[in-house]
Amino acid sequence: MDDIANDPGLVLNAFWVTIQLAVLSGLASLVLGTLLAAMRVGPVAVLARFGTVYVSIVRNTPLLVIFVLVFIAAPTLDLLVKTPFLVKGVIALTIYTSAFVCEAIRAGINSVSLGQAEAARAIGLTFGATMTQVVLPQAFRATVPPLASVLIALAKNTSVAAAFGLAEATARMRGLTNNNADDRWLIFITFAIGYIIIVEIMSAGAISLERRWRVTR
Amino acid sequence: MSSSVLFDTPGPRTRARHRLYGVIGAVVLLALLGLIVWRMWETGQFAYELWEPFVTPAYIQVLLVDGLLKTLQMAFLSIIFAVVFGLVFGAGKLSDHSFVRWPCWLVVEFFRAVPLLLLIIFIFYAFGVGDGFGAYWSVVFGLTLYNGSVLAEVFRAGIQAVPHGQGEAAYAIGMRKTQVMTIVLLPQGVKIMLPAIISQCVVALKDTSLGYYITAPGLTFVGKQIYTEFGNQLQTVLVVASLYIASNLVLTWVATWVQHRLVGEKKQLEVSVVGAPSTGGEA
Repeated sequence: MDDIANDPGLVLNAFWVTIQLAVLSGLASLVLGTLLAAMRVGPVAVLARFGTVYVSIVRNTPLLVIFVLVFIAAPTLDLLVKTPFLVKGVIALTIYTSAFVCEAIRAGINSVSLGQAEAARAIGLTFGATMTQVVLPQAFRATVPPLASVLIALAKNTSVAAAFGLAEATARMRGLTNNNADDRWLIFITFAIGYIIIVEIMSAGAISLERRWRVTR
Repeated sequence: MSSSVLFDTPGPRTRARHRLYGVIGAVVLLALLGLIVWRMWETGQFAYELWEPFVTPAYIQVLLVDGLLKTLQMAFLSIIFAVVFGLVFGAGKLSDHSFVRWPCWLVVEFFRAVPLLLLIIFIFYAFGVGDGFGAYWSVVFGLTLYNGSVLAEVFRAGIQAVPHGQGEAAYAIGMRKTQVMTIVLLPQGVKIMLPAIISQCVVALKDTSLGYYITAPGLTFVGKQIYTEFGNQLQTVLVVASLYIASNLVLTWVATWVQHRLVGEKKQLEVSVVGAPSTGGEA
C-alpha cells in the first residue's frame, strides 16, 4: 500500500486517463452512432443496408479484436503509425461503441408509435413541427435509459486499453499489484471503488434525467 | 399512410431524390472500401505467404481446436456457473429478509460495476499465477462473477415479470414460499428469461477474448501466436473476427428463435441499469 499512500497521484492520474478515454470516445460515438442511426432509419436503402451490416459486424466482434485491429493491424497498412495511443484508444472504442449507440437511438425512435406522427399530421402540424414537438421529444426520452447503459459499458470498456500500453486505471492496478503483491486486495478494492464511483455518477445522472423528463402516458 | 414516424411515404420525385442519395452513398462507401483495398495492395497484404496459414490444414486445426473450441468451452463453462450464481443471488435479491437481500444486492452491484478485465487481472494475479489455477480458470471465474451478476438481475426481473396474480393465487391455495417460487414463478419466469440468458452468452463469448491480456488460451491468443510467427496481423485479425462473428450470429439466431418460440413478439425483458436503485423485495 506504500506506493498508493505515498503518491495518491498514481491512482488519480490513471483514472484521469480513463476519464479522458471515456469522455472523448463517448462524444465521438454519440456523433457517429447518431449518424449511423439516421442512416438505418432513413429512406435511402443503400445507407440503411450499410448501417445494418456495420452494426451486426461490430456488435458481434469482441472489443479486444477491434483494439488489435487499430493498434497492431492498422500500422501494417501504414495507417495510424504515429498516432498517439490515446487517440488510437479513442478510435477503437468509438468504432465499437457507436454500433451500440446506433441501436439505442434506433430503439428510441421505434418506440414512438406511428399513431403519434399520424395524429400530429392530422391536426395540421407541419413536418418540422411534427418532428420537434411530437416525435423527437418522445424518442429522445425513450433513448435515455439504453444510452446510459451503453455509456456506462463504455466507461468500463476503457479498461481494455490496458492491454495495449495505455497507462489507464486497469494497467496501473496491474503495475501496482506486481510491485506490492501483499497489498493486492487493497489495491484491487481501491481501483474497483474508483470505477464504481464513475459508474454510479453516470447512472445517477441518467436516472435523474429520466425522472425529470418522464411523461405520464 | 406512412410506414415510419419520421417521414411520409415518398412520392415519385422524392423517390428519385432518394435514389440519387443512394447512388452517392454507394459511391462514397465503395470509395472507402476501395481506399482500404488500395492500402492493402500498396503494403502487399494480398501476398500468398500472409494468407497461407489460413489455408494450411494444420493451422486451421490449431485455430479451430485450440482457438475456437477453447473459447467456446470457456464461454460455456462460465455461463453454466453464471446461471447458478445468478439463480442464487437473484433469489437472494428477492428475499423477504433484508439481511439476505442487502449482501446479495451489494455483491451483484459490485461485480456489475467493476470492469471485467480488472476483475480477471486481479483473480489471475491473486489466485491464478504460480501454483494457482492458471489463466484459463481465471478467465472462467471472472466471466462467472460478471455474467452471474448480470444474470442475477435478469432472474429478478424475469420473476417479477410473471403476473402478480400467479404468486398470489399460489399463496391463496396454501403454498409455501419455496413452493410458490419453484412450482409457480420460476417455470414461468424461465420462459421470459431464456432469450436474455442466451444473449448473455454472446457477451460471454466476446469477453473470453480478454484472456489475451493474461495469455489465457482462446482465439485471440492463438491469433497472437500466428501473427507473431508470420507477421500477418491484418489477415489474422480478419480471420479471428469472422470466427467470432459467425459463432455470435449463430447464438443470436438461436436467441431470436427461442424468443419467438417461447415468448412471442412481446417486448424483451428490461433489465435495470447498473447502480439503479434496488427494487428488490417489492414483489
